[in-house]
Amino acid sequence: MTPLSRREFVAVGVAAGAGLVIGFYLPHKARESEAFSPNAYLRITPDNKITIVVARSEMGQGVRTSLPMILAEELEADWKQIEIEQAGASTLYGDQTTGGSASVRTTWDPMRKAGAAAREMLITAAALTWRVPRSGCVAQLGNIVHTASNRRLTYGELVAKAASLPIPTDVPLKQSKDYKIVGQRLARVDTPSKVEGNAVFGIDFRLPGMKYAALSRSPVIGGKALSFDDGETRKVPGVKYVGKIGDAAIGVVADSVWSAMEGRRVLNVKWDDGPNKDLNTASVFDALKQASAKKGASLYSVGDVSKIKGRTITAEYRSPFMAHAPMEPGNCTANFQGSACELWAPTQVPQDCRDSVAQAVGLDPDRVKVNVTLMGGGFGRRLEHDYAVEAALVSKALHEAKIGEANGAPVKVIWTREDDMRFSFYRPASLHQLSAVLDGAGWPVTFTHRIIAPSISGQKGQPGPNGLDPDLPDEAAFIYSLPNVSLEYVLADTPVPLGWMRSVYALQAGFAGESFIDELAAAAGKDPLEYRLHMLAKDQDIQYFFTTWRTARMRTVLQLAAEKAGWKNPLPAGYFRGVACFGCFSSYVAEVVEITMQNDAPRVHRVVAAVDCGQVVNPGILEQQIHGAVVYALTNALRAKITIEKGRIVQGNFDDYMPLRMEEMPAIEAYIVPSTEAPTGIGEPPVPPLAPALCNAIYAATKKRIRSLPILS
Amino acid sequence: MPEFTLRVNRNEKRVNVSPETPLLWVLRDTLELTGTKFGCGAGLCGACTVHVEGSAVRSCSTPVSQAAGKNITTIEGLSANGLHVLQQAWIAEEVPQCGYCQTGQIMAAAALLAKTPDPTDEQITQAMNGNLCRCGTYERIRKAIHRAAGNGGAR
Repeated sequence: MTPLSRREFVAVGVAAGAGLVIGFYLPHKARESEAFSPNAYLRITPDNKITIVVARSEMGQGVRTSLPMILAEELEADWKQIEIEQAGASTLYGDQTTGGSASVRTTWDPMRKAGAAAREMLITAAALTWRVPRSGCVAQLGNIVHTASNRRLTYGELVAKAASLPIPTDVPLKQSKDYKIVGQRLARVDTPSKVEGNAVFGIDFRLPGMKYAALSRSPVIGGKALSFDDGETRKVPGVKYVGKIGDAAIGVVADSVWSAMEGRRVLNVKWDDGPNKDLNTASVFDALKQASAKKGASLYSVGDVSKIKGRTITAEYRSPFMAHAPMEPGNCTANFQGSACELWAPTQVPQDCRDSVAQAVGLDPDRVKVNVTLMGGGFGRRLEHDYAVEAALVSKALHEAKIGEANGAPVKVIWTREDDMRFSFYRPASLHQLSAVLDGAGWPVTFTHRIIAPSISGQKGQPGPNGLDPDLPDEAAFIYSLPNVSLEYVLADTPVPLGWMRSVYALQAGFAGESFIDELAAAAGKDPLEYRLHMLAKDQDIQYFFTTWRTARMRTVLQLAAEKAGWKNPLPAGYFRGVACFGCFSSYVAEVVEITMQNDAPRVHRVVAAVDCGQVVNPGILEQQIHGAVVYALTNALRAKITIEKGRIVQGNFDDYMPLRMEEMPAIEAYIVPSTEAPTGIGEPPVPPLAPALCNAIYAATKKRIRSLPILS
Repeated sequence: MPEFTLRVNRNEKRVNVSPETPLLWVLRDTLELTGTKFGCGAGLCGACTVHVEGSAVRSCSTPVSQAAGKNITTIEGLSANGLHVLQQAWIAEEVPQCGYCQTGQIMAAAALLAKTPDPTDEQITQAMNGNLCRCGTYERIRKAIHRAAGNGGAR
């Protein structure tokens, strides 16, 4: 059996994870030994405090609020009672990876069952206490109430008895019509600390006696350090240690961040540039073009596109490397103590941090403790764990050099913005070949999309089966009802480090596919909205890998976005619209973008997004996610481009890799289709429709088709 | 190393650091005021915004020698008692997502309101354009500034 990739596991591992966690006990502290903790997500103490454990990482997407809401709903808790605890790397929670827009959709069942099991046990405990039938007792706002006598006991008062009861395996779950917490616009639990300035992000974490490290890394991709001269570095006040960290970096350790950075600035390293010293962006795209001659692996096929002849439209699209650039640069604090190592990591993958650090420093994984801090954005950059391994290796080097504290060698590795930009794991560059045959009326009877791109997981040694990239099952569906469709993936290798960046391949698949649909509509002389609705007119289930896509749900979001945007209403002179829709991470999104053109550049005035992501847990946070994804996607579409010259990343800071600023903000409207279907992803799905909707608006304005991102290149 | 006297959040602090050390790192490492954030180190993102003599400055690009002897205010000292009206507005409008840039945003907004108690949209854009947010909270930042202005923002 081919091992599942991390993201696939997230997608399919839900049911397994749910069954596993119930029955485990959280190893609580002695003072909490009287707690009622029927599962690893929940602890109720006799003082009536309810602690819900969040086993995903908070990076701004709101999991510290939304996930506890799910459990609290089934528990019938009073939300005001709830305290939140962040889980570090653990064996109790299944895969803790925070990515793939998966946190709500994969914890929806386990969190509900965890809350429901506790609720049922508390009801039993109360019934036994009062010696009344269970059926006469209900859970209500943190109390069990005996309806007939109006007696009540708080959950805290029932802890001892509840803890002695067997844990039920099959518990009733609430119906969505009865929800009191899920679906509410509850405030995020961590907002006050973030505006007061006392929220502790990874970069803010501090240990007594902690030192700071800056690493000098090979400027050429894949290069190695041959030797170094630290004469000048040693003269920088505060520098305590300089040494090789792995075979591709030199660490400079000092008493302060600034000393470490200054020491690194004057460090003289001789590099072996390795095999990539002549690599540049053009050669990467040449390699993609060459690979396009190969037959790829089929992602999806219906009918036979090769048998249909007629008026044929073809086009080629491309998308560049991009960097996540979260506001908080990479960092991690480590304390290696010989037989154990502890980390404080802003990470989306605590378990990967644990396992990779264990391997790197030569310890068993259970001797590595990973604490998860708040993150200043993630966007997939922190699905890597390079920063954690670096910190652990530096701490180990200090320990071995006997530089440190009595109890270890605490050190924080800090990356600069230039480090973040140049030593990242980039969204893969890609090439897209599309073709379609139109019938006499201009409607498509075939649709072919060949995605030529390097494989992120493949590069990391976890290729998908049969030449597939394991992410594409979540990110490249074609959700239109056509008789002949072929989606194909052609693997092309690249030495450029690759990573999962918000919406991953869906950005490229959506940009190419939805721009091309617009080309077909234009070729047919039809309205782009009507053209799409025609292909969605028939109710059809489209099975794409493990997701059953429904044309009806896509039609609904498309109609909703069009209606709210006033698609049928004329625009003021000089204003133009574009539309696109795409489905990924099991959610459906349509967007309408309104622009004017100023000096050949688009000015985006309004973005209307309509989303179907199933049951909504917290509409406020959901809308923020939609707004945020639109803004992120606008940067991607307009300007995000990482280029390579002589094996080096060209961009270094926010002056040559420029995120959207306030002056460029459009008005954004988010509309959510009410639904009681199980929740699906939201962090990423609003990203892919933005670039094609914008490019389609540019076409409406200029009759020029943008086939290469970014738009302002 | 030379000694500098800094007046941070109405307290005098003596620090021994090299003169070119950016104020940011003195605040964060030496004085343990970590509400001020590192984002770019080049004055491009605004995450490190503090007030020096009431004006918003980028502490990552301000050498400590230039800040010595001047009145410095960080997010921790923005309000002498309780939350500043802007911080209250930020909570009311649910501005932060990841939250990393928000202390810098609030400091930039506070400097704006101190000089322009009821700013127009254009004045807000001008004052806030140097502060990046990768989560895309700009619309709520604007709303929160208007809300604070309506509640006597300069206080």
